Amino acid sequence: MIVELGHFALCLALIASLVQATVPLWGTATGSPAAMKTADTAAQIQFFGTAAAFAALTWAFVVSDFSVMTVAANSHSSKPMIYKISGVWANHEGSMLLWVLMLSLFGVLISVFGGVIPVVMRATVLAVQAMIGIGFYLFILLTSNPFERLANAPIDGQGMNPLLQDPGVAFHPPLLYLGYVGFSTAFSFAVAALITGRVDPAWARWMRPWVLLAWSGLTAGIALGSWWAYYELGWGGFWFWDPVENASFMPWLIGTALLHSAIVVEKRNALLKWTILLAILTFSLSLIGTFLVRSGILTSVHAFATDPERGVFILLLLCIAIGGALTLYAWRAPRLFDGGVFATYSRETGLLLNNLLLAAACGVVFVGTLYPLFLELWNGSKISVGAPYFNKTFLPIFGVTMLIAGIGPFMAWKRANRQDVIRRTALTTGISVVLTASLALWFGLADMVGLLGAFIATFLATATLLDFGRRIGLPQASPLVALRRAIGLPASAYGLYLGHTGLAIAAAGVIAVSVWSTEVIQTTAPGQPVAVGPYEFTLRDVRSGNGPNFQTTFASVDVTREGTLVTTLKPERRFYPVERQPTTEAGIVTLWHGDLYAVLGDANGAGGYVTRYYYNPGVPWMWAGALLITLSALISLVDRRLRIGAPAPRKLAAQPAE
Amino acid sequence: MGLNQDIEVRARPDRRSTKTARAFYGLLAATFVALSTTGARALDPGEMFDDPSKEARAREIGRELRCLVCQNQSIFDSNAGLAKDLRIVVRERMEAGDSNEDVLEYVRSRFGDYVLLEPPVSGQTYLLWLAPAGFIALGGLLMLTYLKNRRKPGAPLPEMTQAEHEEARRLLGEET
Repeated sequence: MIVELGHFALCLALIASLVQATVPLWGTATGSPAAMKTADTAAQIQFFGTAAAFAALTWAFVVSDFSVMTVAANSHSSKPMIYKISGVWANHEGSMLLWVLMLSLFGVLISVFGGVIPVVMRATVLAVQAMIGIGFYLFILLTSNPFERLANAPIDGQGMNPLLQDPGVAFHPPLLYLGYVGFSTAFSFAVAALITGRVDPAWARWMRPWVLLAWSGLTAGIALGSWWAYYELGWGGFWFWDPVENASFMPWLIGTALLHSAIVVEKRNALLKWTILLAILTFSLSLIGTFLVRSGILTSVHAFATDPERGVFILLLLCIAIGGALTLYAWRAPRLFDGGVFATYSRETGLLLNNLLLAAACGVVFVGTLYPLFLELWNGSKISVGAPYFNKTFLPIFGVTMLIAGIGPFMAWKRANRQDVIRRTALTTGISVVLTASLALWFGLADMVGLLGAFIATFLATATLLDFGRRIGLPQASPLVALRRAIGLPASAYGLYLGHTGLAIAAAGVIAVSVWSTEVIQTTAPGQPVAVGPYEFTLRDVRSGNGPNFQTTFASVDVTREGTLVTTLKPERRFYPVERQPTTEAGIVTLWHGDLYAVLGDANGAGGYVTRYYYNPGVPWMWAGALLITLSALISLVDRRLRIGAPAPRKLAAQPAE
Repeated sequence: MGLNQDIEVRARPDRRSTKTARAFYGLLAATFVALSTTGARALDPGEMFDDPSKEARAREIGRELRCLVCQNQSIFDSNAGLAKDLRIVVRERMEAGDSNEDVLEYVRSRFGDYVLLEPPVSGQTYLLWLAPAGFIALGGLLMLTYLKNRRKPGAPLPEMTQAEHEEARRLLGEET
């Protein structure tokens, strides 16, 4: 019964979105405020519908109602509760439901917190948002209904891939979707701007918080997925340039460009058309990513044919949304005029260059990901485009982008002092060269690419720190004055400094692990020490046990450095009987400079085990950097300037002390 | 997809459910699943060279070759049986005195371009290899055009037409 109510609630959401997509637009055309305001109510009903549907499906998973097809195919009664819940979105139907839940959540947030946005703009934005919604509701209800019942319910479910029974991956999809779907707001604002013809700094100010939120979620989602691969797949890799990873990376790259160009619109009323185009492209790439992954076209070209209904449906949605938006753009954009003027040497140009490089980097990932597919369609020949291609093409472009990210903040808005920028860049270069050289001598770094990477990371970090120092008046100002200035800096300034520092730290981590990681593989008997870089790993014992829904073999590996015990690692091998699948749980202990990492392999039958030991310097820096980048966007979000609804001073109601 | 795919399929007799489950990774990596979890077994201590510099070379080559039965993995990362066979071939060719390029060419001549993770430059990959430079050049050109044609600070405003002058006078209430 609850499942049927969920189904009904989803239909209700579809109806609400039909109203939301039409009535408000009619209202803006006829100037009827009542019709325009329908958008808010409809958005709220829509959210209520999807939330209820999602709750109903969650309930079906929690109580293991195997008469529901999705639950039977993807859950099992013996699973721990957290994975029954995360199992809701760990399958196609449920994850699409999560997709529309996020979409309607953004809609309702705009309707509730978008009070500052003029009603005409808000009504148009929500109408566009609802149009996207209609497509996806129809997709779910017609091709992937999560509430479909089975005539004969099985006694138990088929279980869930054990790889996904992991806390990291449980929260990966919601965060990723926050990003993917969150960019729909940028799309809606862009289309609304084209429809209403209004693009100005205020428009950018209304749009930017949503972009920040989405981008922050996407950053965290990608990092979480990468982290999961690092500890769960058991060979210490974290990024594989896999098509599915690329599908999430492309919107991130273009979204980053959008984030920056929207600042130019907001502060200088320039780059209007370009920003609108970026907003459309960012969400288009999210949709393309959804299509590539959902249709299975990338995993295997043959999977496409096995379920053409879904793939074709999304392809159709894709063409309507992207084609429609770009047509509208081609028609309306020429009528928009940039207001702000700026000199060639200015922050505006710096940000434009950043946009150019990020867009090119995204283009490279796009071509590299889709080239084999198109080539095969075109003449049937099969080629592979893997990590070596991306390392050669993407990394140089991204390296230059990072240098520009360091220099950009040196340049003032509108017209920068050329001499000053050159002087500060030279100073930064000098400091980073000295730092990189000492690092190379100290740790013995001779690899050319590694040196270049280390220089770029230090350059960005140094530039960011120097700029921050100067902004708070150092070195002339007294520490107290500097501190006061630091406190007085707007949140968006901290967003810049933290974001760029985070990028430098993450890059440093990536370089450190690619240059200095140590890996040894061997067959060891318990008690036999193995040298791993400066550490010594000793397998102590191997025991067996039972988890909630798996059997496990776990080992203790003592790690010593110069004779003193540093830590004990607990690598594990699990076997999930329901899914009949093994998993590897690496034993990892994180130190400030790197990870100690051990993986337990097969027994050799004579009391020995294959073991893989790693010392991965820099890896914790990668995660710390990604966390800083995620936080930087959230910090920018609280900037007074952007705060949604800020212009209306809030009444301070007397709160009784609690 | 080899061994692990077999395991997956056996565990889930319903093909559709295999696919739906896989769809989720959605943005994660469908591939990882197919490659499965036994990455720990990817490289066997038995097959390794004793000489570390030789071993490093073997891995360098291994990272350039695609595991043919996996989704998108190098033979160095893969645990599939075929990847292991290829790793052994690589080591044998190295023992025979082949250079890195010779080994790659040896494997390519038997399995085709598909096996190389870095596609060789040829008539059908020109576009792929020119794409990065092309994007930068195109973008740079657009950017320069934009910077050149935009109004610069302090530049004189465009001249008003006769009609605009008249309109201005009318608005200002002057006699024409």
